[in-house]
Amino acid sequence: MRLTARFPVLLILLLPGVAASAADLHPPAQVVAGSSFSIPSNGGGKATFYLLGPSHVLKREVNLGQAIAVDGDDVQTSGKYLAIACTGHSCDSASFYVVAGNPDRLSFLLHPSRVPVSAGGAINATAFVFDNFKNLVLKPVTVDFHVTPKNGAPFTKTVKAERGVAWMKMSSTPKEGPVKVTATIGSAAEPRIIQQVASDACNLRIKASRTAKGVLVETDPVRDCSGNAVPDGTIVSFTAVDSKGKTTVDAPIKKGIARTELPLSGNARISVASGVVIGNEITVGGRS
Amino acid sequence: MKTSLPIMILLVTVALVGIAWVQSGGLARREMRSAGTPQEAVESLLSDIQARNWDGVYSQLANKNEVDKAALVRELNGGDGSLRTYSNLQSFSIWPVHATADKAVIRARLTWSSAVGQLDEVRDLNVEHTENAWRVAWPKPNMPKVPPQVIPVNYLRWDVIGRTASDDWGVQNVDTPNVRITSMNAVERPDRVVIVGEIVNEDTVPAYVAINATLLKEDGTALDQEGSFDMISHTLLPKQVSPYRIDFPGFHLKQVKSVRMDSKALLISASADPVIAVTDQKMDRDALGKNVLRGALVNQSGQTVNIAQVLAAYYDSNGKVIWVSDGYIDDALLPQVAVPFAVDVPDDVASRVQNYRVLVNHYSNNKSS
Repeated sequence: MRLTARFPVLLILLLPGVAASAADLHPPAQVVAGSSFSIPSNGGGKATFYLLGPSHVLKREVNLGQAIAVDGDDVQTSGKYLAIACTGHSCDSASFYVVAGNPDRLSFLLHPSRVPVSAGGAINATAFVFDNFKNLVLKPVTVDFHVTPKNGAPFTKTVKAERGVAWMKMSSTPKEGPVKVTATIGSAAEPRIIQQVASDACNLRIKASRTAKGVLVETDPVRDCSGNAVPDGTIVSFTAVDSKGKTTVDAPIKKGIARTELPLSGNARISVASGVVIGNEITVGGRS
Repeated sequence: MKTSLPIMILLVTVALVGIAWVQSGGLARREMRSAGTPQEAVESLLSDIQARNWDGVYSQLANKNEVDKAALVRELNGGDGSLRTYSNLQSFSIWPVHATADKAVIRARLTWSSAVGQLDEVRDLNVEHTENAWRVAWPKPNMPKVPPQVIPVNYLRWDVIGRTASDDWGVQNVDTPNVRITSMNAVERPDRVVIVGEIVNEDTVPAYVAINATLLKEDGTALDQEGSFDMISHTLLPKQVSPYRIDFPGFHLKQVKSVRMDSKALLISASADPVIAVTDQKMDRDALGKNVLRGALVNQSGQTVNIAQVLAAYYDSNGKVIWVSDGYIDDALLPQVAVPFAVDVPDDVASRVQNYRVLVNHYSNNKSS
């Protein structure tokens, strides 16, 4: 019979008042989570058996002098357990530990989800090792991190988990694109994707040509210093100064190029910037 | 019974006389008589605008033959979901600028109450003496017309799928965007402390940003905390820079030991369109002699922008942000149509301005970006 987890406190409070033991319990010092076992007992007659664990309490009638069988379902959570047998006015208790079973699943955190290319030590992979009952496996185990970049050879880094945690740091590669990192232990595998994105624009350059409405200004393909295309949607600011004043347009990069049409007719100076990066400046002459 | 019949006859007679008076143009004559001076003509017109009595407004114009009534109503009442459609003329004040025997110029300061707060507008109205009365010659409404056309737009937008409640612990979420406050400057104004500066989205995804500032005393305790509210472009596309301004009314810099800045960024779905060009920007003076930054907005995309807000950052000779001002645009931004704007610049700031930069916040029906 299972009681709700509210009762352990009450029972523990009652324990100091427990009289000399009538039933001697001898549980194993350590039990693997989820495995059935028995607790030998001395004495005779009927007794009420309590098993107080971290997540639930078990209560049932037992016969002393026989081994008290405990089902694996009652010890799924790792931690300290207290076995109590009460006869009439006296109780006897003994504690034991339930430890996590074999590694069966992983919780895997890969940070950040986006990272600029060529960033040293910017990627952090952390795996938490659990058994099939979601108990943290504290014994040393080995976790493999398989890293598969979009461009480049895949590699594996093996890390020994300490107190249930295995982690590693690595740098992003010079090429943009997704990197798949899979943490594995035994048959358990948790894949994550990290996006390596282009860094700030490098050698931002513009060119201009006259149109019927004004001047069409467009950038060369916008790339970072490693040659990666800066993502579409990145804002490029065009600024033109002519006799009528200043004209500014924040235009997004589309298909690798940012362009806009400025309503200019006379001489004008046009410059370009993206974020904190400044590009070249050109001068366009007036319409003849 | 003896008295009720004469009273009823009297009332019917008065009613019939009143109807005859109106039908004979008495109402119009009364209006003409009421406009015995240019000021009275303008006051009468503005009162009717305030009351949204468009028939009355139109009947008082000196140049009815030039002004289309529908265009006039559209100008005064707004259209295309513009800010003017959510505005009412709250109050006005007028004063003469110039007057001769049959012509006058009256300057009117119109205060509109709108969905985004109070908006001021200054207009010089020409008043003419015609048909024994003063009447306002309203400038011919110049409603932009967008010709039928196809404007190709390569739509670019970001959609975000986040983790859900059913995901197990440890399932990776998408990181929030990386934004950075690139400058911050505390400015003393006569009645307040103002924090101005700029923030940049350094990431490759759009960000919704908000900035809070806390004024700290000598002992490190907080004096006041305020946010940037609408003095910032909340949606920042990748590598976009926005100015911000945070006001602390009633405080002085001498009370402040330091300022704690706090920027928050959220990953949001956003669109890279529309693109709005800010053309012909220049420092100028308005009709009242106040310093303003003038320019025009041109919506380069094919969708109408209902409400636009101009945010301007001003820099000194060292490139430091010394002021940020804003202004909402009454008119909707139709595709490819230039809409003028002017935002105030304090006199003491204007004298130190070496450069400026304008950003446009835009809101469209059923979406904002």
